[in-house]
Amino acid sequence: MEKIKFGVIVFPGSNCDHDAHYASGQLAGQDSRLIWHKEHSLGDVDVVIVPGGFSYGDYLRCGAIARFSPIMKDVVRFAGKGGIVIGICNGFQILTEAGLLPGVLLRNESLLFVCRNVSIRTENISTRFTGTCQKGEVLNVPIAHGDGNYFAEADTIRKLEENGQVVFRYCDENGRVTKESNPNGSVNNIAGIVNEEGNILGMMPHPERASDALLGLTDGKKIFESIIHSFVSSAQQFAAV
Amino acid sequence: MKNHPVIKEEPVVDLNLAKQHGLTEEEYAKILQIMGRVPTYTELGIYSVMWSEHCSYKNSIALLKTLPRSGKDLLVAAGEENAGLVDIGDGLAVAFKIESHNHPSAIEPYQGAATGVGGILRDIFSMGARPIAALNSLRFGNLDDKRVQYLFKRIVKGIGDYGNSFGVPTVAGEVYFDPCYRTNPLVNAMAVGIVEHNGIAKASASGKDNSVMIVGSSTGRDGIHGATFASEEISEKSESKRPAVQVGDPFVEKLLLEATLEAIKTGYIVGVQDMGAAGITCSTTEMSARGQTGMDVDLAKVPLRETDMTAYEVMLSESQERMLFIVKKGHEEEIANIFKKWDIEAEVIGKVTDGPMVKIRIGEKIVAEVNAETLVLGGSAPIYYREKKVPAYLADIQKFDIKSVPEEKNYSKSLQKLLARPSIASKRWVYQQYDSMVRTNTITSTADAALVRIKGTKKALALKTDGNGRYVYLNPRRGAQIAVAESARNVVCVGARPIAITNCLNFGNPYDPEVYWQFFEAIGGISDACKALETPVTGGNVSFYNESTEESIYPTPVIGMLGIVDDVSNICNHTFKSAGDLIWELGINYGELGGSEYLQMQTGKAYGDAPKLDLVKEKALYDVVLELIQKKLIKSAHDIADGGIGITLAESLFESKLGASIDLVAKDLRIDCLLFGESQSRIVVSSSADDKQRIMDIAQRHKIQAVVIGKVTKEEKLVINEWIEANVSDLKNIYDNAIESCLK
Repeated sequence: MEKIKFGVIVFPGSNCDHDAHYASGQLAGQDSRLIWHKEHSLGDVDVVIVPGGFSYGDYLRCGAIARFSPIMKDVVRFAGKGGIVIGICNGFQILTEAGLLPGVLLRNESLLFVCRNVSIRTENISTRFTGTCQKGEVLNVPIAHGDGNYFAEADTIRKLEENGQVVFRYCDENGRVTKESNPNGSVNNIAGIVNEEGNILGMMPHPERASDALLGLTDGKKIFESIIHSFVSSAQQFAAV
Repeated sequence: MKNHPVIKEEPVVDLNLAKQHGLTEEEYAKILQIMGRVPTYTELGIYSVMWSEHCSYKNSIALLKTLPRSGKDLLVAAGEENAGLVDIGDGLAVAFKIESHNHPSAIEPYQGAATGVGGILRDIFSMGARPIAALNSLRFGNLDDKRVQYLFKRIVKGIGDYGNSFGVPTVAGEVYFDPCYRTNPLVNAMAVGIVEHNGIAKASASGKDNSVMIVGSSTGRDGIHGATFASEEISEKSESKRPAVQVGDPFVEKLLLEATLEAIKTGYIVGVQDMGAAGITCSTTEMSARGQTGMDVDLAKVPLRETDMTAYEVMLSESQERMLFIVKKGHEEEIANIFKKWDIEAEVIGKVTDGPMVKIRIGEKIVAEVNAETLVLGGSAPIYYREKKVPAYLADIQKFDIKSVPEEKNYSKSLQKLLARPSIASKRWVYQQYDSMVRTNTITSTADAALVRIKGTKKALALKTDGNGRYVYLNPRRGAQIAVAESARNVVCVGARPIAITNCLNFGNPYDPEVYWQFFEAIGGISDACKALETPVTGGNVSFYNESTEESIYPTPVIGMLGIVDDVSNICNHTFKSAGDLIWELGINYGELGGSEYLQMQTGKAYGDAPKLDLVKEKALYDVVLELIQKKLIKSAHDIADGGIGITLAESLFESKLGASIDLVAKDLRIDCLLFGESQSRIVVSSSADDKQRIMDIAQRHKIQAVVIGKVTKEEKLVINEWIEANVSDLKNIYDNAIESCLK
């Protein structure tokens, strides 16, 4: 099978860029390259990762400036024609600022930055990001953010829920969605969502940090594997046609 | 519009003005002698800051030079470069250093702590090394004090915000609480980086006519005289020195890191130095002195962020996120373009000259002309031995007799109370605010020491800071030995061989003979331990004047230990693994309560002598544990430290979902001494029952006492003889939430 081509955007202040690059390249065994934010074209890529970090220092709202970077125009174009985009942590914030995903990420309810492993429940397994997961599967993945408190208008939340756009929800280790297991105050314990078309995922937890057995957690791999697998199955569909 | 520095009429320099700058009469006379004339106001500023304690180490350097500073793995001698450099094979070296930011943090905790982190990171990447881990060692007063809570919260946030945004994982450290640190908290930040041997950048200026380039943030009035401020005690006046505290920008620092490493890769960078204390003054003169050259610098070319700055202000500014580069002539544009890519300002401000004079101009007008060599440590900067005297308090506290402390017979309650002591309790509230995982190398940040793997090799670094100030207060020499030994022991517990240290020496006023004696003794203790344990000192930092009008801190040397794991498949942590496993105590329990957390809890005071330490036994213990880990004979290892074996056993259970049934032999010891005493050179390990004989044999060969003290059980309870019986979940609950409940 031909390798999937990942492109990881590097903004000034991105700091999980190398981690996403390593997880999608070395660990997942695919092609992966870093794309400087001043570029105007993504080039030949199958998947775009908008990585975590503190783009432009996040001194304004998180992600508010990054969305004006030259490369973002091409990310919007790529996403518009159905390209696979995944925004992790600061990347999720940037995608909401860019209008590619609904809602916003507010300060954590505790007002403190929080870095620890959390459990998330897989709510929708028919996305291109979760195809290799089981329905309701609990994944252990770390979070590390000060602004991960997902919020949207009641109407938007209702639509997200109805359409199955809520992909991940914070839960306890047994998969129960509780107030105690919500690390940041997100509405309905939302940890990750997709757009209506299902080609753009934004999530606060870091799958790239849970992809290497030596470091303890490996559930994040399932997200990379699902993406890769989704290309294989769509290729097979084409072949069948 | 570009800001220009202004030439203003400067105050006339005399002895009085020199004294206001913190110089002594003797030092001022020496300046007159060196210059052969009266210095200008700007020159006086330059001398005062370079000869301040902070930059010159004048009251410590003579003793620091007695530390063992060489070893087969050291690539540079201590003090020669921005940080120590240790060869770890595979063509790689580790740059690491610890530094204090106590004074700024006492006044402006958030920025003080943040810029402490920023400064130490720059020391690392200015050598060409990419920072891969940060640690910090913190000391505060008692947490029930509102002011202490404020300092604690803001300092932790400052450290977190800076490191998190910069993108370096904060992986380990320690936090202690004691009333002596109430007004003068300690904030020691350590950073560790990796560099390929052929990518190491030097901190010296060479090559006549090479360009001197300033890069990074523009220069403002912030931090003027920060270095001299750090060289005096904290008093009510300190509040007025809040402007002497710098403001950090981790985003710019991150860009500076990437641009610096990219620039060094070109091969056109001759030298790099971070601008920390004393900014342009320190970097230009130190780099010149190291390279035995001079410089010609035009301040009109320095990007300024404020209007009407004088030469004095520009030279003494400590604006953050700036660095000085020496660039090969003819390649300035290439280098400037790299910085431009990262949106970083880079300006040529002068050139390297034959030396030894550093000439500072504003346009054509010369505003200062100083001989670099006369300013710096290792040159003509003053060196003092101070008067020392055995402190009066020692006689009193060493008279302590354990019989005077009534024994609390409810040992379960004592264990619970100890677990709730902020110095012992989980530091979760702190470390969850630090990104400990970014760069995906952190194998563990919650074991005895942090383990950070090095991608592309089978190796990992083990990192830890330690320094129990109470022991050093009671017995400076032994306390300092213990600080080294404990940090090494922690590194050994994760399977690493200790290889080198960096140290941060936090003391009171060296002009006080009792403080200087403490300092003298502590240096001796570090020296003893580093020799015995074969961990040379690669560098570090001294922070004096840690006292306020009310109190003096415990003398607190903090040791930053570097250990190496050659193969990441042989590592260990502190958690018990399976029911039925044997639990061992390696080493001997003498039931020593002197300086213990238990005694402090029971009496509110630091009493007695620090625990005994036999460095030969200590080293033999490492050999045993490392052999056991390498042969995969043990499943867990946990150092016995604060709170004694009772705490060690509890901590070994917290992540295990198991229990332990322990049977200790008291002999003639009091039970509280046995449970909570802090005798050194002890480690609790666990193993499969099948490996009992092999473990006995290895321990015997090294003459280390190894005793099976119990078993890991399925039932989640800690049972110790008939003295303690407690649910692990109850203990864990106390341990996990103690700090948070103090803050409510």
